[in-house]
Amino acid sequence: MSRMGRDAELIETSDPAALRAEIVRRALPGIEDVVPGARTVLVRTSPGQAPDLRWAAAWRPDEAPEQVGRELTICVRYDGPDLEDVAALAGVDVDGVVALHTGAVYTVAFTGFAPGFGYLTGLPEPLRVPRRSSPRTRVPVGAVGLAGDFTGVYPRPSPGGWQLIGRTDQTLWDAAADPPALLSPGDRVRFTPC
Amino acid sequence: MLTIRSVLTIRSVLTIRSGGPLTTVQDRGRPGWAHVGVPRSGAADLPALTRANALVGNAASAAALEVTLGGLVAVPDADVVIALTGARCRLSVDGVPVPHGAAVGVPAGAEIRVDAARAGVRAYLAVAGGVAVEPVLGSRSTDTLSGLGPARVRDGDRLPLGSGGARPSDDAGPDASGRPVATDRAEREDTWVSDGELDLDGVRAGFAARQVVEPEIPPEPVLRVHPGPREDWFTPEAVETLYVTGWTVTPQSDRVGARLDGPPLARAVSDELPSEGMVAGALQIPPSGPVLFLADHPVTGGYPVIGVVDPDDLWLAAQAPPGTVLRLRRLDS
Repeated sequence: MSRMGRDAELIETSDPAALRAEIVRRALPGIEDVVPGARTVLVRTSPGQAPDLRWAAAWRPDEAPEQVGRELTICVRYDGPDLEDVAALAGVDVDGVVALHTGAVYTVAFTGFAPGFGYLTGLPEPLRVPRRSSPRTRVPVGAVGLAGDFTGVYPRPSPGGWQLIGRTDQTLWDAAADPPALLSPGDRVRFTPC
Repeated sequence: MLTIRSVLTIRSVLTIRSGGPLTTVQDRGRPGWAHVGVPRSGAADLPALTRANALVGNAASAAALEVTLGGLVAVPDADVVIALTGARCRLSVDGVPVPHGAAVGVPAGAEIRVDAARAGVRAYLAVAGGVAVEPVLGSRSTDTLSGLGPARVRDGDRLPLGSGGARPSDDAGPDASGRPVATDRAEREDTWVSDGELDLDGVRAGFAARQVVEPEIPPEPVLRVHPGPREDWFTPEAVETLYVTGWTVTPQSDRVGARLDGPPLARAVSDELPSEGMVAGALQIPPSGPVLFLADHPVTGGYPVIGVVDPDDLWLAAQAPPGTVLRLRRLDS
């Protein structure tokens, strides 16, 4: 556990989503944001309000009362512009990419690129391909991409360097909705062809 | 008796004749959403926003205009009380200079001008009642990174002002109970805008007692820095370099962060950092040089944080124009 400045603590953990859920469940006073990363949870507090989080550094995910998050299915049209490149890099054909991508269960590990953008872990090994050498200046809303250890869905048009394999009509982000984000850390996601 | 409540039903509008290089609506931001990718955002110089709101009698949560480098021209359609804090911009009403850091009465139709900043970057123009654009996730802040909140202020915009920004007038119509809004003097004094402050040839400052001492914007700011969680990813020499170097703020700086120019900081650990949560004040060190995160910083980042500027000093970075040389002083861990 280390300090991230005066008002925040960074806690190393093997399961950031589960630790985040536990911290939120305990409803400790003074906490403003609990932000999972790939291997950490950042706890940001109001000035002078820091609760004692020493327990969190020792907390183990198997102490979690139940699995955190919801189960979601997102239907994808697998017709992305990088589908054939990904197939070549993965050493399979296009149907193989679809079979691999739809055959896994992913977990929303953390967010950060844009509101509603979740980094999903659980990508089958052959699909862990590099980012595009030249990022696109505009990736359309709903584009399904992957790169490195992660897959995810672009919640709005934005620049992006991931390999695009498909597209969904599912709304990932709506600031007026409750909750505004479809995906929250700890949620489990399956992709299905549509 | 005229109640404050009946006054509060009057709403007015601030028409923007010129938005300048960058004017945005800002309040204290939207904490609590970082886990779904929403930055906190909010005023880059939070203490200056707080002073401006206090001067005009607003709640601390009210929204004001963050005027970057000046250049704002605006006209209210009702009598209002305003205050300007933060960057030292000449403030005038119908051409008459009015003081910085003071509550000032402005008659309906008068032109408010916030001229180019002589010191600092971001001035805060608060209007009694607050800027009442529609909140998004509990905040009226424009987030330049995530695109949440109102669009940046543009020429011709008509910004709604919240309740409390106007005094009663003869044509204000009935209040909620159906009775006409009374306008006699004794009742006006129930409200916080009296005739005295607005009975003006041109404009003069009312609320003379409501003035704050604005902190000096230093030409060579020194920021206190807490050792960061990844300080040990850098060589001891690099850590020393961080704290003895004068860092120049580059023109690529914005509400996301102040980009700093200086010597390279050698890494002791060359691994890629798995993404982790970020805070305002974090000194993140990508190969291109330090970025000091400000209000619209991303919620997670993949470069190591060597140190974190103390929240009480963060406003100094928000007010440092490109070319400013700033120094960092390490606090004991």
